[in-house]
Formats: sequence, C-alpha cells, structure tokens
Amino acid sequence: MTTADYERNMILSNVDYKVIGTRPVRHDGADKVTGRAIYGADFDASGLLHGKILRSPHAHARIVSIDTSKAEALEGVKAVATTADFPQKDGNKWLRDNILASDKALYAGHAIAGVAAASPHVAEEALALIEVKYEVLEPVLTTQEAMAEGAPILHEGLTTQELGEDSGVVSNTANHFQHVKGDIGKGFKDADVIVEREYDTKTVHQGYIEPHSGTALWGPDGRLHVWCSTQGSFVVRDSLADLLDMPVSKIRVTPTEIGGGFGGKIPIYVEPVAAILSKKTGAPVKIVMSRKETFEGSGPTPGSNIKIKLGAKSDGTITAAHAWMAMEAGAYPGSPVGAAAQCVFSTYDIENALIDGYDVVVNKPKTAAYRAPGAPNAAFGMEQAMNELAGKLGMDQIDLRLKNVAVEGTRRPDGPVFRRIGAKEVLEAMRDHPHYQTTKPDGHGRGVAIGFWFNIGFDSACNIAVNSDGSINLTEGSTDIGGSRTSIAMHAAEVLGIPVEDVRPSVVDTDTIGFTAVTGGSRTTFATGWAAYEAAQDVRTQSIERAATIWDVNPDSLDMEDGVISSKTDSELKMTFKELASQMSDTGGGITGRAAVNPKGVGGSFAGNIVDVSIDGETGKVTVERFTCVQDVGKAIHPSYVEGQMQGGSVQGIGWALNEEYFMNDQGNMANSSLLDYRMPTSLDLPMIDTVIVEVANPGHPFGVRGVGEANIIPPTPAIANAVSDATGNIMTQLPLTPGAVLESGK
Amino acid sequence: MPGKTHVQTTINGEQVDFLCEPRQSLLECLRDVIGLTGTKEGCNDGNCGACTINMDGRVVTSCLVLGVEAEGANIETIEGVADGSNLHPLQLAFLENAALQCGICTPGFIVSSKALLEQNPDPSEHEIRFWLANNLCRCTGYDKIIRAVQDAAKKMQEA
Repeated sequence: MTTADYERNMILSNVDYKVIGTRPVRHDGADKVTGRAIYGADFDASGLLHGKILRSPHAHARIVSIDTSKAEALEGVKAVATTADFPQKDGNKWLRDNILASDKALYAGHAIAGVAAASPHVAEEALALIEVKYEVLEPVLTTQEAMAEGAPILHEGLTTQELGEDSGVVSNTANHFQHVKGDIGKGFKDADVIVEREYDTKTVHQGYIEPHSGTALWGPDGRLHVWCSTQGSFVVRDSLADLLDMPVSKIRVTPTEIGGGFGGKIPIYVEPVAAILSKKTGAPVKIVMSRKETFEGSGPTPGSNIKIKLGAKSDGTITAAHAWMAMEAGAYPGSPVGAAAQCVFSTYDIENALIDGYDVVVNKPKTAAYRAPGAPNAAFGMEQAMNELAGKLGMDQIDLRLKNVAVEGTRRPDGPVFRRIGAKEVLEAMRDHPHYQTTKPDGHGRGVAIGFWFNIGFDSACNIAVNSDGSINLTEGSTDIGGSRTSIAMHAAEVLGIPVEDVRPSVVDTDTIGFTAVTGGSRTTFATGWAAYEAAQDVRTQSIERAATIWDVNPDSLDMEDGVISSKTDSELKMTFKELASQMSDTGGGITGRAAVNPKGVGGSFAGNIVDVSIDGETGKVTVERFTCVQDVGKAIHPSYVEGQMQGGSVQGIGWALNEEYFMNDQGNMANSSLLDYRMPTSLDLPMIDTVIVEVANPGHPFGVRGVGEANIIPPTPAIANAVSDATGNIMTQLPLTPGAVLESGK
Repeated sequence: MPGKTHVQTTINGEQVDFLCEPRQSLLECLRDVIGLTGTKEGCNDGNCGACTINMDGRVVTSCLVLGVEAEGANIETIEGVADGSNLHPLQLAFLENAALQCGICTPGFIVSSKALLEQNPDPSEHEIRFWLANNLCRCTGYDKIIRAVQDAAKKMQEA
C-alpha cells in the first residue's frame, strides 16, 4: 500500500483574509501532546470520594424493591443514592428516571442506584450488596416489535401524538408526524419509473474514547460545583437545576477537556448522582463510567426501519417521493426522526413529497445525538434508492443527482426555502474529481452518495480583555472537542489584524461567561466564532475611540486595519494596536470587548463521497480501497481542522457501514459491549481519506462559515452500500454490511 | 480491605516508590496513586490503547498490567516523552499536522509511535497503520496521524 496523492483540492472563496484560511498550531496543543490537559477523569479534589452506579441486568422489568442497607454497612462506603433522593417534581420524570430508575428498568444498563466510597473498588463491592427485586417483563427491541399489535408497553401513560393531536391510544409510538409537499398520488401517476424498497439500520454508538465522567461538590453554602466532560456546560447546569429543583444561580459547571462526544456528551448521566452523593457526604464525589457502562448506559443513535419510494420521468426528473421512517427513541421518547425528516429529501428539488416519521420507544438506552442525528439512517435508504433509480433510467449516478439538485429558492418538503447552498457545487466537484474520472480497478465496486445537514445557530457569548502588550485574552463557553478554540480565536485575530498567536482563548465555566449552547449541530465555529467576531469588533471600536481621545480627533476620521489605527485625513496620525494597548491604563483604563449572539443566518452543509471497495469473494469482507469526501463548508476557517472533521466523520460512517452495531440477544442484553467486539475502524482498516473542501460562502455569517462537523457522516453508509452493490449486483438493505451479510446478499 | 504492596520502579528516569493494592492496575497506580494522569483510560480492557506506556522497552497497555508487576520496571509515560520544555519531534509533528482533535488518544499514539520509530526509523504507511492498529482514535480517521508519524520520521532522519 502506498500513500495516495493528497491533493488539497480546494475551491476557495475569492475573499482575501490574513488569518482566516491559515493553519496555525492550536493553542491547547502543547498540553494535549504532553499529557498535561485535564480531562473529566483526570480531575482531582481534596477529600475526593469515588462513585459507582448499579445497573439493571434486565431490559424490561418492574422494580419491586431496592434494599441498600447491606451496601451502606460496608466499611468504606460513605453514601448510597436512589431516585428517591431527587425532588419528586412533576414534568421531569423521564429525565429523572433515566438518571436513576424508579418504577421500571427500561433497558439493560439502566442506572438503579449510586454508591460513594473511599475507593472505586470498595464502591464496586458495595454495588454487589444492593438487593433489587425485579419483576422481569418481555422486552421490545426494534420499532417493528414495538409497533406490533399487542406489543409489551414500556410506559403505561404514553399515548401517541397523531399528526399533532393526542390520539388517546396507549402505545410505544410516541409520535407520528408528516411533512407534505404537493400531491404524491399525482406525482407517482406521472412517473415513468418507480423504485420502492425497505431498509433497516442497527443501533450504533458514538464511540468517543473518553467514557463519561463527572465530579460534584455540594458546598456547605448550598452551592453545587460540577466538573465534567460535556459538550455543553450550560446544559449540564440547567438540567441539574431542573432535576435538583435549584436555581441555576446556585450551580456552577466547569467543563474539563473533553475526549470526544459527537453528540453523546450532550445529555447528563453521572453528574446528578455525583451531586446527590456529595450532598449526603459533604465531600466531592467523582463518577467515571466504564466502557461497558458507556455502551449500555449512555445514549447511542437509533436503529431504524425506513421505506423509500421514488418516481421519475424517463429523463430523470423526480416526480414524487415518499419516505416512511420509524426510529428507535430508546427507553424514553425523543428519537432523531424529526431531524431525519428535515434531511431525507433536502438534497433534491422534488415537486411532490410525503414524509412520515414515527418516534418509537424500545427497551434500549435512551438515544442521544450522534453527528447529524437521524440523517445517516435516512440517507442509507434515500441514496441507495437514487442509485437504483439511476440504474433503471440508465443514467450516470451524479448526473441524476445534478438533474434534481436543490438550489437557492428550492422549498424543502419540511417547509424551509433554501438560501444560497452548495449542493450543486459539491456534486460538480465529485463529478470532476480524478477519483470519479478514473476507471475503477477491475473487480472493485464504486459508489457515490450525498447528504445534507441543516446546522444550527443558538446562543453564544464571548469576552475579550486587551493586555498591555497588545495581545488579547478571549473567553468563551463552547467546550473544545476538535480545535474550536483556535478557529474562534482566528475570528478575533482577523478583525483586529493581529497574529492568532496573540490571542489566548480559554473555555470557561458557567459563572464566567454568558449562556452558550452546546458544542453540537456544527454550530461552534459558526456561532461562537461569530460572538468572537462581534466582541473583537467591540474592541476595535473602543480602540478607535481611545485613539481619537488621545489625538483629540473625531473617531469617524479614524480607521483600524492590519492592527494599525490611522487617520483617514492626517498621515501623521498612526498607532499600532500594541502601542495603544501599552497606553490603555493612562488613557481611561483597560479595554474589554463583549458579545452575545443568537445568529439566525444558519447555512446548511452538503457532503458527498466517492468510494471504491474490494470484496473478498470467499469471506465477503469489504475493504475500502479509496475514499473521497467532498463538503461545502461555507468558509474553512482552519482548513486542517476542517479536513479533520471531514475525515473523522467519513471514518465513523465507514465503521457504521461495515462493522458497527449493538448486537443484542433476544432478552435485550448487549453481547458486544467492549471495544474488541464493538468493532470501530482501526488505522489498519482504512486508506487515506481524501478531502475536497468546497467553499460556497454562507451569506448569513461574516466570513461565510456554514459549519463542518456533521454532514460528512451522512453519505458513507449509502456510498459504501452502492459500491458493494456495484461489485456484487445485489442491493444491500441492512446495516452493517458484515462479511456474512455480503455473502448472503446473493442468495 | 487488602493490604498494600510496596513497589519500586523507575518512571521517566526517576526512581518512584508507591504502595498499591494487589487488584490495582498499573494504569490506576500511575493515575490515581502517583498522579501521572497523562496516561488515559478509554476501556480498561486492553482494546483502545489510550493507556499505552513503554515498560522495559516494550509497548504495553497499562490497564492490563498489575501495579505489583511493575516492581523493578523501567517505565516511560507520555510525561517523559518531551525533553524538558523541548517537545519530541513526534509531538511537534502531531501539532503541525493537526493530528489530534479531542486529544484523549494522543498520549497513547505518541508513546506507541515513538517506540515504532526507535525500531524502524523509516516505516511505510502500511507499517505505521499495522503498528498503530491497537490505538483507537475516533476523531481523525487516522489520516493526519499517519502523516504526522511520516513527517516526524522524516525530520528525525534528517536531524
């Protein structure tokens, strides 16, 4: 194997920037390559106790009784917590029950009780002494089982919301919604060609290498301080306030460094238990999940059952599309089927479309977000259906997609009308790429696919303090999972015309910065970057005003560019930002900038793949031989970390396509809850991942940013399935494409 | 509670004595007893490589070694890779090639890669991929990690 040519084949925007688009070393880099960075489990505090959590061995059971007396009597045990220790308020029972179960255990791995002890080993011994009496019930493990007539019911109080109204029918289907555009009956009547197929995907985990962890200290002043690895410190604070019935002002959350999240570290799990145990003991309590607990007790992304029907004219124009999607919410309502519905047809301009979405509870962990949640499931069906349609029409894969591609002004079936988007540019870059233009090697299969993710905005805050040496300290609240401190700092450096090395970015706690939403939805560089842009503009305006005071001129007569303040009319008046900074104290005090934003100009992102695979005829094993990821990111602030997002999302998609699944037995116990048996891709399984950054600037962001984190995980599963179909002639309707599934597909 | 055993080791060139219970892994001893938290726990069963250290010249996952087994051992952890305030070429290459995102797997990758380059100063892409197959990274897709190791190998040979 030789290293493939790695063309940084970027389609750059034509705006010149000084800092934006460069590739500086990240500010937190030295700490992270030397082992100094403090992650969740690395946090220590004087008098620290260690917590462990007892979990249900049953996927579905009534909890008859919990006896903790023997555990409490064990030497070294300091406290035991159950759900009874939480304030029993209305409105948050599902959230509370997912932290510590009350009347029912709804998945194998469901937390039942917590123990704090002097050592983690003693806490673990104590767990074995807690006596729980269960009345074991029959589990339901898939949407098909859960929606079947007479299925065991998870929640006796759950009735189906049917097209926006409470049906009054008790069922495992929490919600059925529709998006309707045009008339699919007419559209299918007008079609020359129709394809229709059903697809199934399995539960998969985000697979972050750092398990969940958190430490809580409930102080004698009634204030709670939590240190944890999270994608959103304010989410942790607000969820704790809800669960513990406390004002948010009494809770401070300090985010540690975070060892991956991909959506899975948005919800809280161990933090409230640590808080209760700390309240009982007066000591700080740390809880760190094991890998098995992370698989079984945190939120994966759902398995799903999807039916796609497409109709097209013989020239390739799609006349009608119907998606029927049921997704596993896990133990409590809230699957990502809503997001899937926003994405499933959004790459295309389709006149008549109907989307049916079903949110279905099953006896598996409550699902959490995972990188473009729901969209990869939907695309696995939709983009294979496009493949099949192209085959029936005798059209080129990419030409069929371009024929129907959504552009500015296209109305999505779920309502919104697109502003400027780059779906067409992504498809054109795929078509023109050497990978697509080169004949595939003999025996290989080639597949393509494209996916859409809408991205989000939401609240972000940023403060900047100017130092006397002309550098700035930038504080923000977005936990940094992939280099976002630096991309945010680059926004400020660009505005002020200073080197990015002169910006010191810090991610701070909830007492120290304004409300900032989660690191998720590909929003961090977009929204927190925008906050940094505005805070730097604030510093810039004040710097000009300060110079005007010093020179006794009108501020309107001054400008600041490339870190120099100068007069538009008097060439004598010139001062660098550094010089001004050194005079701040004597001319009115320090300069600080601030901004809080909730930007509405979100720009969605499209990502496409070209994939070549080979298949071992004897074993059915699929090897990815060549992989190209093309994505419209709007503007790449730090291209290296943009490529990194594209490569990382691609490889998570490859794992999802080929290996990964929660392998459940019929009792709902996960049989592969280790990183040996839940097989994520290793370096040896992969080729280099070529990236093409497309930059169709988002008109809704000052530098054109769209956000890059998520769309890239959508196309790999259908692109690989299409490549396998190309090689074998068989359509792959189920994930993962294991060797066995590939061998069986021809039979 | 079981009694504790006195263990004498050399860690990053310094003699280190510690007390541990027989059931404590070397990973737990490094992190919770000695306070070297640069070595990370990702799975505690030898499958992710985040806890990779060098023990008597061999790359091992420290979660699969008992603390008491470290008696007399010569151990190098991520904290010993840099030469004082001078980063090792691999550490520099990881930064310059953006070979980390969240960074939790990075200490294991650097310790593992260092051992590779000590044995094989000019590894092929395949040799790097094979050697690093016991270190899981979920963020990068490995592309930039492979390139960082190649870059470091090149710079170390030129030096």
